[in-house]
Amino acid sequence: MDIRADVLIVGGGLNGPALALALAQAGFTVALVDRLAHETRLDPGFDGRAYALALASRRLFEALGLWPVLAPESQPILDIHVTDGRPGEGAAPWFLHFDHAEIEEGPMGHMLEDRHLRRVLLATMQAEPGIAQIAPAEVVVQEVGPAGVTLTLGDGRRLEGRVLVGADGRGSGTAARAGIARTGWDYGQTGLVCAVEHELPHGGCAHQFFMPAGPLAILPLKGNRSSIVWTERSALAAEVSAMSDADYLATLRPRFGDFLGAIRLAGARSSYPLSLSIAHSFVAPRLALLGDAAHGVHPIAGQGLNLGLRDVAALAEVLLEARRRGEDIGAADVLARYQRWRRWDAVSLALGMDAVNRLFSNDNPLLRAVRDLGLGAVNALPGVRRRFIREAAGLSGDVPRLMQGRGP
Amino acid sequence: MSMQSGASTIDPGEVAKFEAMAAEWWDPVGKFRPLHMMNPCRLDYIAAQIAAEFGRDRSAPTPFAGLRLLDIGCGGGLLSEPMARLGADVVGADAAGGNIAVARLHAEQSGLAIDYRHTAAESLAAAGERFDVVLALEVIEHVADPPAFMAACRDLLRPGGLMIASTINRTARSFAMAIVGAEWVLRWLPKGTHDWRRFVTPDEMAGLMRGAGLDPVDRKGMVFDPLRAEWRLSARDLAVNYTAAAVRRAT
Repeated sequence: MDIRADVLIVGGGLNGPALALALAQAGFTVALVDRLAHETRLDPGFDGRAYALALASRRLFEALGLWPVLAPESQPILDIHVTDGRPGEGAAPWFLHFDHAEIEEGPMGHMLEDRHLRRVLLATMQAEPGIAQIAPAEVVVQEVGPAGVTLTLGDGRRLEGRVLVGADGRGSGTAARAGIARTGWDYGQTGLVCAVEHELPHGGCAHQFFMPAGPLAILPLKGNRSSIVWTERSALAAEVSAMSDADYLATLRPRFGDFLGAIRLAGARSSYPLSLSIAHSFVAPRLALLGDAAHGVHPIAGQGLNLGLRDVAALAEVLLEARRRGEDIGAADVLARYQRWRRWDAVSLALGMDAVNRLFSNDNPLLRAVRDLGLGAVNALPGVRRRFIREAAGLSGDVPRLMQGRGP
Repeated sequence: MSMQSGASTIDPGEVAKFEAMAAEWWDPVGKFRPLHMMNPCRLDYIAAQIAAEFGRDRSAPTPFAGLRLLDIGCGGGLLSEPMARLGADVVGADAAGGNIAVARLHAEQSGLAIDYRHTAAESLAAAGERFDVVLALEVIEHVADPPAFMAACRDLLRPGGLMIASTINRTARSFAMAIVGAEWVLRWLPKGTHDWRRFVTPDEMAGLMRGAGLDPVDRKGMVFDPLRAEWRLSARDLAVNYTAAAVRRAT
């Protein structure tokens, strides 16, 4: 055996490294296998991608000691405006307004650019002696035995651990090799992502416009910049992607509106097709799935990373608790606790986001009236609104210790 | 994974039988499901009591290193293995030879060195074996002479050593839960597993301990939470399942 560790993680995106850090800091040995080389992961080219970190996710980064480095790169979200609109028509009379002053925990979230988060996670992981990083490497064989799991890499190296974690995204090879089937569908929509610089300050306000073709999110970044996630029907999105920067901006402007003054592109543009993909089980013998490998959700409200980090915190807590009792950390009953904890939350959120998208990505006048009334009703009831804010901040339900501002 | 001596002396036909039994013992949703469900709660109690008594830091990788521990009625090794993982030097004893073969086989698969013996507490005591910790979980309600059993446990402890026992209280609720519920209705346990008249109240347990020269130091109820489908410790509710700890007097 070339490498032995308590926990083997496949996937070097964001959730895999976050879990590796949480486990290593708790005294586990970890080996992380990443398909991509570090240099590729660290490519400084800004693709405009940014995350709306829920308060709970920020607390996880605080617990992992990353927040002091991330905070200067983060923009607090002080307000969220949700509006129903059609290009050129402006906002519907009814809209939702969430203000962070309504909950006592402070800003409901922070906007953080992917490039900063990625760099900090990788650098912290490299400095952590309990983590062996293996990249670039491909897993070719995955075998589960009575007391452990063995991975064979493309170059013939072999790894052995007590438990294997699949953090390898919605096309998870780890899940496929374990025979875990998936359910999902394509939305026929594509997310166009970019960052813009604007004339006027955003004041920390995030906007979500529900357009007939799909939602448009304008999320505040540091300075006079915002991250745009613009969802269009895939055919139109392909045309927009092929446009020159000038034509792209000309198409975006009427959707964006002029409330932030003149806009121009800041950094590269990117796009990705939207689909929903849920694993039929989050666990198998000696295996746990997390993040998109378990549940790839529609990116409405930026819940994908937040959900993944919640999996990270829950799995770290379950494994640590098991070790403190002397249990086998890969035992079926231990992993079942993780699945019990996370599956309902993740699947209900995934389906909820799907329903919201189906309701809003529609130009039917009746549906539009219904959703406008619904938004207005939520807005009129402070109790309901506070529940939405707490939900978005990740403060509802059974919150893992790492997300409560406590040690694991 | 290291082969353990001992297992290799068993006849191959027997090994197949024990492999099947081991799979059964260690299947969390099989025949021993009630024990698996209760195990995290029992382990939490045991680990906390040992750490408190011997001043061990539970965040260390092997906090119980250097402690010699006896698990009486070890069965398939559901407590012995976790204790060995936490660093204790474990002897597992069971009166049923089949259990010992099963436990040996599983420990070997898990890569754990545990000294399993087909013997009784009284014989170990007579042979002069001494331990820092003696565990007797779900045992006392099955022994014929509880005071003699408790005296053997005392003899097995070094002065200052820790005894942890768990059993079922003798109350109307324990009859409803442990006999009617667990055996007759839910079929968690085979009918006749328990004889209600042999159940021991917490005060009787404390009396047995004191009578044997052990000072009771703690007791907690173990309560099943049907919503979370898990057991948890309770400081107040000792009406059905409970666990108790005592220390052997220094003199």
